[in-house]
Amino acid sequence: MTGQTRPDSFPPPFAAREFVAEPTDPVDERIEVGVLIVGAGPAGLACAIRLGQLLEEHPDVAEPLGDVPVAVVEKGKQPGSHLLSGAVVNPRALRRLFGDRYRLEDLPSYGPVRHEAVYVLTRRGSLRIPPPPTMRNHGNMVFSVSRLGRWLGERAEEGGAMILPETAALKLLVAHGRVVGVRTGDKGRGRDGEELGNFEAGSDLVAKVTVLAEGTQGHLTGVAFDHFGLHGAEPQVWELGVKEVWKVPRPLRHVIHTMGWPLRTAARYREFGGSFVYPMGDGMLTIGMVVGLDYRDVELSVHDLLQELKTHPKIRGLLEGGERVAWGAKTIPSGGFHSLPKRLHAPGLLMCGDGVGMVNIPTLKGVHYAIESGRLAGEAAFAALRRGATPATALGSYDDAVRSSFIWSDLHEVRDIRQVFGRGFFVGGALASAMTVSKGRIEIGKLPAEPDAEQPLLRTNRAVRYPVPDGTLTFDKLSSVFASGNKTRDDQPNHIRIERNVPRDLAELWMRMCPAHVYEVGADDGDGTVTVQLAPSNCVQCGAITAKGGRLTPPEGGSGPEYTLT
Amino acid sequence: MSTLVFVEHHGSELQKGSLGVLTKAHTLGGDVAAVLVGHGVRALAAEVATYGAKTVYVAEDDTLEPPLPQARVDVLAKVVRDGGYETVLFANSVLAADIAAGLAARLEAGLNWDLADVVMQDGALVGKRAALQDSVYVDVGWRSTPRIALFRAGSFDAVPGGGGEPKVVDVAVELEEHSRGAKVVGQELEESTGPSIEDADVIVAGGRGLGAPENFTLAEDLARALGGAVGATRAVVDAGWYPYAAQIGQTGKTVSPKLYVALGISGAIQHKVGMQSSNVIVAINKDANAPIFEFSDFGVVGDVHAIVPKLTELVKQRKGE
Amino acid sequence: MKIAVCVKHVPEGSARLDPGSMRLDRSGEGTLNRFDANAVEEALRIKGDGDAEVVVLSMGPERATESLRKALAMGADRAVLISDAGASGSDLVATSRVLAKALEREAADLVLFGQQASDGDGAMLWAAVAERLRLPVISQAADVTLDGGSVRVKRQTEFGYDVIEAALPVVVAVSDAINEPRYPSLKGIMGAKKKPQDVLSLAEIGIDAAEAGAAGSLTEVLALSAPPGRGGSQKIEDDGNAAQAIVDFLAEKRLI
Repeated sequence: MTGQTRPDSFPPPFAAREFVAEPTDPVDERIEVGVLIVGAGPAGLACAIRLGQLLEEHPDVAEPLGDVPVAVVEKGKQPGSHLLSGAVVNPRALRRLFGDRYRLEDLPSYGPVRHEAVYVLTRRGSLRIPPPPTMRNHGNMVFSVSRLGRWLGERAEEGGAMILPETAALKLLVAHGRVVGVRTGDKGRGRDGEELGNFEAGSDLVAKVTVLAEGTQGHLTGVAFDHFGLHGAEPQVWELGVKEVWKVPRPLRHVIHTMGWPLRTAARYREFGGSFVYPMGDGMLTIGMVVGLDYRDVELSVHDLLQELKTHPKIRGLLEGGERVAWGAKTIPSGGFHSLPKRLHAPGLLMCGDGVGMVNIPTLKGVHYAIESGRLAGEAAFAALRRGATPATALGSYDDAVRSSFIWSDLHEVRDIRQVFGRGFFVGGALASAMTVSKGRIEIGKLPAEPDAEQPLLRTNRAVRYPVPDGTLTFDKLSSVFASGNKTRDDQPNHIRIERNVPRDLAELWMRMCPAHVYEVGADDGDGTVTVQLAPSNCVQCGAITAKGGRLTPPEGGSGPEYTLT
Repeated sequence: MSTLVFVEHHGSELQKGSLGVLTKAHTLGGDVAAVLVGHGVRALAAEVATYGAKTVYVAEDDTLEPPLPQARVDVLAKVVRDGGYETVLFANSVLAADIAAGLAARLEAGLNWDLADVVMQDGALVGKRAALQDSVYVDVGWRSTPRIALFRAGSFDAVPGGGGEPKVVDVAVELEEHSRGAKVVGQELEESTGPSIEDADVIVAGGRGLGAPENFTLAEDLARALGGAVGATRAVVDAGWYPYAAQIGQTGKTVSPKLYVALGISGAIQHKVGMQSSNVIVAINKDANAPIFEFSDFGVVGDVHAIVPKLTELVKQRKGE
Repeated sequence: MKIAVCVKHVPEGSARLDPGSMRLDRSGEGTLNRFDANAVEEALRIKGDGDAEVVVLSMGPERATESLRKALAMGADRAVLISDAGASGSDLVATSRVLAKALEREAADLVLFGQQASDGDGAMLWAAVAERLRLPVISQAADVTLDGGSVRVKRQTEFGYDVIEAALPVVVAVSDAINEPRYPSLKGIMGAKKKPQDVLSLAEIGIDAAEAGAAGSLTEVLALSAPPGRGGSQKIEDDGNAAQAIVDFLAEKRLI
């Protein structure tokens, strides 16, 4: 049975058209801004910062934009609340964004990478290997993107942007074929959607240019792909990363990457991934586990793999005497070049960053592409505003700019690597190295990518080996959700769209997959399916469910994790 | 050391908490006095004395009957000044907290609150305050005389047997103008349908281990027998077994009853932060490794369905005695 | 008619413990004390469509402007922040001096407080402030009605409700059961920045350095220690007599 179940056979009750609408508020009630940016992450804030710079230099362009030339809506409590990454960041995009205004030393980083090591792990052993070219990080810097996001938010506000936190961008406002803004989500609805005493309806936020910088699994980005027919040559695929931040008594000197254990190398499991351990100054480190969501085993749990990883002698030693201070999870788009959308713009709309899949998986990097694409989107929006109009084609200069940037050349260079990993990690790893050394010139034949949800499920007895959480080194999911700062109001409507009656295997896949303990296998329906129980307020909005047969939509603004160190 | 304790009463009933504080003052030693403010309180002075007060100040007046704080600040300020008391102690209550803070401002006296204990250390009074959800104790001191301390409810047991015939001193006070500003124009006593979970001294809470929504009657019956309220974990509220209003935990209510009985509750941290400052925690769970046992005072590894009905019966029998 | 609301900027996520040490994590961001949101809501409710002015007032670090801004976004009209290095470390008595001085300048008809601070749990500051202002104080208000020049409050106590009246001006501390605070509307958030926000030093409100901060405080923290464990924690396996064992335990603790 297991081999026949595929998540995509049980599609969620979801249609993009639910989230596309014309403005409905009376004209004088609509909130008008110049450029509306959705998402206060590296891409959106870079866009806001660049616009601030340009509008300061050109007050004549700013003037007609009204009281709020640039607004950024953010669904988290504040910029950074929903940001999570490794993160070893290539600083080139930050340098370009700030020019002489800020030096790299002014940024809230944990310093440059000085030493690095790559290990292949077995259950008890480890083998240090020379870092493949893609994993060389000399000159890059370690960041908490959450902290970076807060800092960028302050810079954006300095430049005149208005940040609107705790605000979900729920619908794309489209009038006469052109994006004219977003409708924000309602607040104060009860579990069944009823209006509570403090109900506050969403608003139409209208703008001359709308920039979607929503990050991975962007809700409106996905809606825009569907509505404007922008899906790329290959479907997007994702990986799921779960990470922790630890206070440690002994400083870690190296940026460490591992491959192999606790993932299995046999090709049929499709367990593509690895782990990272990065120093965060002298007193902290971050450790994470990343696994491609095209895996098949219903018992696979990235959270539990991370817990298992920490029991490895090599890793345990790094954490000894330390204390976990943060936890979080997020998906990473990993389709690369072939999965980029056909266009990065639509009438009135620009899209950037992780939302469109600007991530270089072999190098494990995307933050600098997000920043660069945000900066370019800011320039394109400015150019369009400067011309005093935004005709359908005016924003096309953004696509041209991205195509001539390092984003494009970098992603093109590694374009076929992701598919190769489908052959098993070590083989793929070797080929990946060869391919980067040859700058993509080795022809290995491009394999068609299959959406993560199309992988038939299989079941092994994987879960019995996950460690029993001890509350010191290893943790269960609920205490981890607590550590994410998540304290979402429970009595709000469910924001997760899934088919509620599915084969047990699929229900169990979701239960294990979700790092935040959102899904539970409920009662047997008696017809070969079970009812899936949901605890949506646990959700940390990592997006894995969207990859594996469901659809995440934005909950009430301000919900979800409150990351500060991830 | 001279200590004055504010003894609160409701009707003709002295409040246990303030008698507990008086008992504590007595064990600390020195010159211990108590103060009673209200109408018909002189009759209570002898009883107060049995908890260790050598002197009982009585401010007896019709105008002092309404349970309002500011007139009591006037009374206490006069007693403290005239009697030269160095320390003034209160047991926390809605009324006492307002008196303590008003008195602190009136006398420019340091006020430490939410104290669980007070000790003499090298000749100085040191307060013990549980902070941050009881995860840490803070030692606090005073830089002023008088020193004012407000104790958390239930910090000390009230133990009679301290004193003999008290010296009763009548206090007559001209009230300040602002102390006469507020007037009680009506009172509603709590309806007897049982306490709300925020106010309950006893909470019986149910979790997933109850097995089915109908089994919440186990919790309800026990709560009724104990005179308490029923609480629930998020998991069972999510599952629709019990209303959200009863949810205890991070995203529900935070409670600190004298007794918390956890039935079939695993003790996830989200639940723990909502109830961990309960005075006494009793847990029944069939999973011996459930985290709830790590912060319970009395844990039973067993089946709630077998134990709770018996427990309810035993409690009823005992109360019937 | 002027309503002043005293609010506090507290560490974000007061319920958040550092899971390792089980202590409050104060490293993070700050937020408007959620109990004060009830007081702001009540002020806005009383104002309704009327022309009362709602002033929010706080003492705290510069960043407390974020919390004041949230109150402005909810609909308050003006914010005053007393921010001064000399005010940090103020205890209850010192804080009440500063707030009372700041409130004197406002001469509000109604002064509102929330029921407690989520970071400190001290639930009585209002009484010290009212004493200094020489105004009547009513706490634990579960219902507030304004009628001409007086206020009628339903005060919740351990024993039920007292209905209390007082002529304005008066200080009222509201309970968290009084209302459900509104969400700031998007328009409110966007308009908040433009509303008047004063940041004043101690000197500007006429407070001497010796009266505030650690210098003006009459209490002090001496030491931190681990709390006593849950005394004599017991765990038994049910052998059929667990119910009796529980009853014995409860009796020993004088709980039944």
